[in-house]
Amino acid sequence: MAEEKRLMKGNDAIGEAAIRAGCTAYFGYPITPQNELTAYMARHMIDHKRTFIQAESEVSAINMVFGAAAAGARAMTSSSSPGISLKQEGISYACGADVPCVVVNVARSGPGLGGISPGQGDYFQATRGGGHGDYFHLVLAPKSVQEAAELTFEAFDLADQWRMPVMILADGMIGQMMEGVTFPEPRDLEKLPARPWAAGGQYKTHRPINHVSSINLVPDELEAKVHERFLRYEQIKKKEIRFEEVNTDKADLILVAYGTSSRVCLGAQQMAKALGIELGIFRPISLWPFPYDRIAALAAKGKRFLTVEMSMGQMVQDVQLAVAGKAQVSFYGRCGGNIPTEEAVLAEARKLLGK
Amino acid sequence: MTEKSFMAGFGGQGIISMGQLWVYCGMKEGLEVTMFPFYGAEKRGGIARAGCVVSTTEIASPLVTTPDSAVVMNEDSLPLCEGIVKQGGTLLINSSLVKTETKRKDCRVVKVPCNEIAEKIGDGKIANMVMMGALSKVTGAVKLDKLEPVLKSFFPPSKHRFIEMNLKAIEAGKSAV
Amino acid sequence: MELAYGHPKSLKPIQTKYCPGCGHGVIHRIICEVIDELGLQEKSIITNPVGCSIWADLYFDIDSVQPAHGRTPAAATGVKRVRPDHLVICYQGDGDLAAIGTAEIVHAANRGEKFTTIFVNNAIYGMTGGQMAPTTLVGQKATTAPYGRDPEGAGMGYPIHVLEMLATLEGTRYLARGSVNNAANVRKTKQYIKKAFEAQMSGVGFTMVEILSQCPTNWSMDPQESVEWLEKNMIPFYQLGEVKNTLEASK
Ligand SMILES: Cc1ncc(C[n+]2csc(CCOP(=O)(O)OP(=O)(O)O)c2C)c(N)n1
Ligand code: SF4
Ligand SMILES: [Mg+2]
Repeated sequence: MAEEKRLMKGNDAIGEAAIRAGCTAYFGYPITPQNELTAYMARHMIDHKRTFIQAESEVSAINMVFGAAAAGARAMTSSSSPGISLKQEGISYACGADVPCVVVNVARSGPGLGGISPGQGDYFQATRGGGHGDYFHLVLAPKSVQEAAELTFEAFDLADQWRMPVMILADGMIGQMMEGVTFPEPRDLEKLPARPWAAGGQYKTHRPINHVSSINLVPDELEAKVHERFLRYEQIKKKEIRFEEVNTDKADLILVAYGTSSRVCLGAQQMAKALGIELGIFRPISLWPFPYDRIAALAAKGKRFLTVEMSMGQMVQDVQLAVAGKAQVSFYGRCGGNIPTEEAVLAEARKLLGK
Repeated sequence: MTEKSFMAGFGGQGIISMGQLWVYCGMKEGLEVTMFPFYGAEKRGGIARAGCVVSTTEIASPLVTTPDSAVVMNEDSLPLCEGIVKQGGTLLINSSLVKTETKRKDCRVVKVPCNEIAEKIGDGKIANMVMMGALSKVTGAVKLDKLEPVLKSFFPPSKHRFIEMNLKAIEAGKSAV
Repeated sequence: MELAYGHPKSLKPIQTKYCPGCGHGVIHRIICEVIDELGLQEKSIITNPVGCSIWADLYFDIDSVQPAHGRTPAAATGVKRVRPDHLVICYQGDGDLAAIGTAEIVHAANRGEKFTTIFVNNAIYGMTGGQMAPTTLVGQKATTAPYGRDPEGAGMGYPIHVLEMLATLEGTRYLARGSVNNAANVRKTKQYIKKAFEAQMSGVGFTMVEILSQCPTNWSMDPQESVEWLEKNMIPFYQLGEVKNTLEASK
């Protein structure tokens, strides 16, 4: 029987979902607005007799994840923007060594220390491979506490399946707000996917030794390795693109937004409807891989786009790439920790539509 | 039905708890709910605020910018609340602590002497529960009936002995409007 | 004596945002008194940390630089190398200094950087709401140590004696530990700060004053209880006094 709905903060729900997904090792460092998540893991990982460490820094935390995951654990770390910047080095190594793990960013407003209020200014960093070298990793953006739990639960499987870090890109709103949430049944730790490539346990099978490493000084070999990884990326683009659409068939103007700003857009869309104005919503859930093709198809039908973000305009560049000059792409954003209001988004849309 | 409420008061008045319990009861009554507690550097001594939405359909924006109802628990929160409440909406004012008259003429104003009622019941700290009762009665959004089992699942067992008093406060709030 | 009670010139005459009973305010005040006594207000630069005292720049009426969490000693190194004739104060909390910034403090000290570190040890992460710090005492509760700090069972390690650790480095010249729990200790701490600043201005190596300080909010105590808790628990563990002083030897 399904469990009862619980009222939880996004941060707590992400923690509970991770534990149920079979996360056996969590490493974190305090930072607002994700502190409840680290505190949740402190209490519950200890109760479950799993590994919890408050690391001395985010640099350490991500490298603890690297080690734990390389040794076979379902490992996770979480932080917010300034801390995620510090983790980029470790994420690059995890990508270079094909080490699966889950990284949660409850993003705030930057740059630098910036503020602790919600932000979406980490889009470029998240989707372009924020560290050094040629790589990408999955990035999933929840819009609600329920979806934050679901995507976190799935992220562990996706990480194993594609052998890469999976990032949950939330923001301070998703982390701090409380909503009703239900959780899937906890994973049986005995039945998690095997990791034959991981370090440790050689004595059981006498397999050849494993090296979990990103280094290769032979250009042709390294190039082959990167090519192999990019072939995997092509597979991911075929299978893992996720998005949600509302009213895109009827509307001429489509609001494109992810996470918190997509909720605001939905509010604006409903207000517009009450005024007899049709607006559509296109919400990317996977930010990498980005749903370029679907947006291109909408553009080909003559739709126009208004991208709404809590930044100065980052995802809007992907929308522009998708439409390749064939449709009008406008932008509306707030930053500094401000969240666009439904009223402002509606006003922007009406201006574009001239009604 | 969608009811967007905004609650404000000083830290220590139980604003966040009120918001949390409001949406928890809504959830138990089968509604979609969301609550966003304002968090910021001014936690200490500043205005505590919570935005709550309860609805029979999927909730769009969790950010409450033009509330249908605004709860003003102290004097300092009045300008904030009367600045945003929707035309034709409701301002619920804790008249024990708010002495200034509101400038808004285009919305319903409901005054509840929450602290006085709470003190009569036995503890000024449950003024927030009195206000929640009033909010329920005025908006009808969350019914707050058959509440005892709900409160039992909300509060940890160590706090169950306060449930009776909370129930009384909620009922008193309902009757006060 | 009257002067000591006047408001220091280099401290702005405004109410701080720190919680009632917080140690940071007192510490700001004695630093500013020393700056004034040495006549250095216009020749001082503070690098303030990421922690509650990130707001130091609101209160100190001197130039300031605000680097990333824990990198304060590296930034102070940059400032002091470019402005060797200035008093450079590197203000840090225990999370900033002894967790994320451990590498920076060790290497600044080891290079004998000629600035003064003021290390505010309140055994907790104040700004982020009460997580375990490297200096949190064994058994002390924190949001990330819900059952209390358990050094071996839960692998949380032992509280770090930072000064004693740094004392092994050749580059450190003056290391002292004070406290702001009562007037006598505040006076003594001020003397340590003065010695450290004078040493800095005479061009010797690394100087640092650790100050035990209350965080009533995240210790979940009222101000009076927090003073008592500090006296009963922190002072016996982090002994007060000069841990290292090789200033005389260099004269
Ligand atoms: C890279 C990075 N990680 C984490 C944080 C969040 N953070 C802000 S202050 C702080 C710790 C503060 O504790 P402490 O240094 O002991 O200072 P206190 O507030 O106790 O004076 C942390 C972890 C940050 N700002 N940057
Ligand atoms: S949280 Fe603690 S360190 Fe920060 S201002 Fe309050 S008492 Fe001071
Ligand atoms: Mg501290």
